Amino acid sequence: MDLQRKLAILADAAKYDASCASSGSQPRDSLGGRGIGSTEGAGICHSFAPDGRCISLLKVLLTNHCQYDCLYCVNRASSNVPRARFRVDEVVQLTLDFYRRNCIEGLFLSSGIVKSPDHTMEQVVEVARTLREDHDFRGYIHLKTIPDASDELIARAGRYADRLSINVEMPTTEGLQALAPEKDESAIRRSMARLRLRIDDTREEARRVVPIRALPGAAPAAAKPPPFAPAGQSTQMIVGADATDDRQILASSATLYGAYKLKRVYYSAFSPIPDAARALPLVAPPLMREHRLYQADWLMRFYGFGHQEIVAEPDGLLRLDVDPKLAWALAHADRFPVDLNHAPREMLLRVPGLGVKAVERLLQARRVRRVRADDLRRLHVPARKVLPFVVADGHRPSRGAPMPSPAPQRPAQASLF
Amino acid sequence: MHVRLDDPVDLDAFRRHARQLLAAGVPPDRVEWNAAQAAGDAADLFGAASDAAPPAALASAAQHQPVPAWFVELCGDVILHRDSQRFALLYRLLWRLSHEPALRHDPLDADLMQARQMAKAVHRDIHKMRAFVRFTRVQGDDGLERHVAWFEPEHRIVEANAPFFSRRFAQMRWAILTPERCVEWNGQALAFQGGADRREKPPPDAGEQLWLTYYEHIFNPARLKLAMMRREMPRRYWHNLPEAALIQPLAEAAAARSQSMIEAPPTAPRRIRAPVALHLRPAAGVAPASLGELRAAAHACRDCPIGALATQAVCGEGPLGATHMLVGEQPGDQEDLAGRPFVGPAGQLLDRAMAQLGWARDAVYLANAVKHFKYELRGKRRIHKTAGQREAEACAHWLDSEISLVRPQGLVALGATAARTLLGRPVAVQTERGAWLHERGDGRPVFVTLHPSALLRLPYPEQGEAFGRWLADLALARGTLSAAIAA
Repeated sequence: MDLQRKLAILADAAKYDASCASSGSQPRDSLGGRGIGSTEGAGICHSFAPDGRCISLLKVLLTNHCQYDCLYCVNRASSNVPRARFRVDEVVQLTLDFYRRNCIEGLFLSSGIVKSPDHTMEQVVEVARTLREDHDFRGYIHLKTIPDASDELIARAGRYADRLSINVEMPTTEGLQALAPEKDESAIRRSMARLRLRIDDTREEARRVVPIRALPGAAPAAAKPPPFAPAGQSTQMIVGADATDDRQILASSATLYGAYKLKRVYYSAFSPIPDAARALPLVAPPLMREHRLYQADWLMRFYGFGHQEIVAEPDGLLRLDVDPKLAWALAHADRFPVDLNHAPREMLLRVPGLGVKAVERLLQARRVRRVRADDLRRLHVPARKVLPFVVADGHRPSRGAPMPSPAPQRPAQASLF
Repeated sequence: MHVRLDDPVDLDAFRRHARQLLAAGVPPDRVEWNAAQAAGDAADLFGAASDAAPPAALASAAQHQPVPAWFVELCGDVILHRDSQRFALLYRLLWRLSHEPALRHDPLDADLMQARQMAKAVHRDIHKMRAFVRFTRVQGDDGLERHVAWFEPEHRIVEANAPFFSRRFAQMRWAILTPERCVEWNGQALAFQGGADRREKPPPDAGEQLWLTYYEHIFNPARLKLAMMRREMPRRYWHNLPEAALIQPLAEAAAARSQSMIEAPPTAPRRIRAPVALHLRPAAGVAPASLGELRAAAHACRDCPIGALATQAVCGEGPLGATHMLVGEQPGDQEDLAGRPFVGPAGQLLDRAMAQLGWARDAVYLANAVKHFKYELRGKRRIHKTAGQREAEACAHWLDSEISLVRPQGLVALGATAARTLLGRPVAVQTERGAWLHERGDGRPVFVTLHPSALLRLPYPEQGEAFGRWLADLALARGTLSAAIAA
């Protein structure tokens, strides 16, 4: 099979993974090295597909042969999709070629399970090793980790990769048991715990190293411990393949963030796949619901919301017609209007339309003068959205409800059950 | 007063002029700034003093005016903007910063906001250049391979952005051609030249097709979101992106493709087989025959709600046949992650105590009364919660199994939860500590003392004395077991 065909099959197989981040690693560049590549903190989206998703990494599977039979997966053992398998050097060359063209930030490599978890993980790690050691590649590498792989392989994966991820795929244990009989949720959690401990230990060690002045006059330098996944770990949940509601999904996310210090939980709306399993009737993917989950996730991570207070609807689903922050404000009208000149930071953060940066600026400005309503326009916040919820000099919201709230629409996906 | 700058992005020249004007007390509305379109353009529209020779009256008056560091940085960004009024704005800000002390603390001032907006636009342009430059492989006449790109930036960012590309592509020869500035890297140094013509854009090379194949197949037709794509990848960049030619055909075919996936009749599965059993689960209700079996069974235990939220059951560790079994309350955050008992802060205190007694940790069997970590989420932290009585009771049979497998001679209960589980009654630790109690049906004596985390919770001045007492308890438990058994 020629390379074009393999790439087509194995990119097709990888497109259901939502993760795309190439950020958060240690800064490094290729000056003085033997190859190419750099990471400078923020990731770069080099292109966008018509599905609105960014292309930042070359996202492929090493092989889409798989011995597992997870019903939601296009590559499950019982599916009739065409199969292919990359050789290690093919992935390495593709990565370097796309990188030289400045099309990508690096590689995101995943794989179907062939022969055994250890054998598969070994192949994946070998790609990363070749890039790092033989080609001195200093771009970004994200490796999908197989929960049942041995400790030693995980340690090597973390040495070469910037980020590791293990997908829980289903938000609940029951969902996973029903749709992915070979996957074991507790093994996944144990693996995440294993990664977190290693990431923490490496950070701790790096902090403890005392810089030593090797030569008189030279800047003191520290022997850094070998890195382990400096950009941390992430995971993904499929939304809408089972009947789990948003409240449970957010509770699962909060648990994962709290227990394993994940950098990100990605949500992937279950979308039609070619040759789908009989058990999962297909409808258009619940994209709006996915979007609302990302917004809710943001509220948990940056706005001080607890997972249990975000979903107010009795059916346990986020409203699709308004964003979760606005939904919360409408459900807690008694907490508004918020006085921009006196309210504490945590309450300003709950005002619909005010972002973290805008809140910082307001707090700064408040120290030297009174905040007026027209300041909001200068902050480039959506004034129409903010004004009904705030009091400022020269502005009081009109009496009565801030805005009419139409009844939430039920997501189409729920009709499956 | 006219000021003319020869190089449109020369920050040093601007700073020099601005400093002199400020020192001479020339207000912003009296200065007219203009600059060449590109470095090297000598078209002098106003025939005004060029930057080589600032007015003599001003030169003598120049002195150092302190401005905040962030303002210098802001100038560096704004000067790259294409807006012809940028110098006037920056000088006005400089003037106001030195005359209005409150300005530097006011993030909502109109001038400052405008400058910040311009800086933001420049940053965005810099970022988009890093994203959308596309190199093409070109075989030079000298036989050397170069990577050449044609790009059209919005602002004058080529010089500012070039170092990024040399850091990233250090061992590659590359050139970026733009209408106003060109830059080349030979593997050692950057070289800048005047602008290039569109026609110098290199034709596609043979390898480009792979990238196009990838672009086509990473797209999911069931998720068409063109507006989102255009917001992040504005049309003005498309004519220089090889993959952009695929956008329209992909978008047009998307609806039909996803509809056909939805409507496709299910095919017969490729092969039917039983799922691979990777994770053996012990049968329920059978007493585990080994510690390994006990561990696997405890992992799967959902007799109480705690297990569902923990990482794993944390069973004990230590040698079979150890004389002492030390029983704590339940795993904490660290134990839950590591799957081992007593590795967190309380475990470290226990290690310290045992080391002082010369008691090897691996000579005893360490376990917990409750096998899963119970906690409450506060923000992103898991805060330990004591297991309820029902939960502890539901969990007790695991500890019983451990005792019958390990067969220790004496049990040391660390804290109230362990004491209650081992003795089957509520225990007041402070009054019953420090002696062997003979109450168990299996005849094993139980010694009650504090849990190390109780010491950690004490105010610091009391910790030393309490630790000493606890150490004495442990020494007693260690030294008097044989006497207790004989009694």
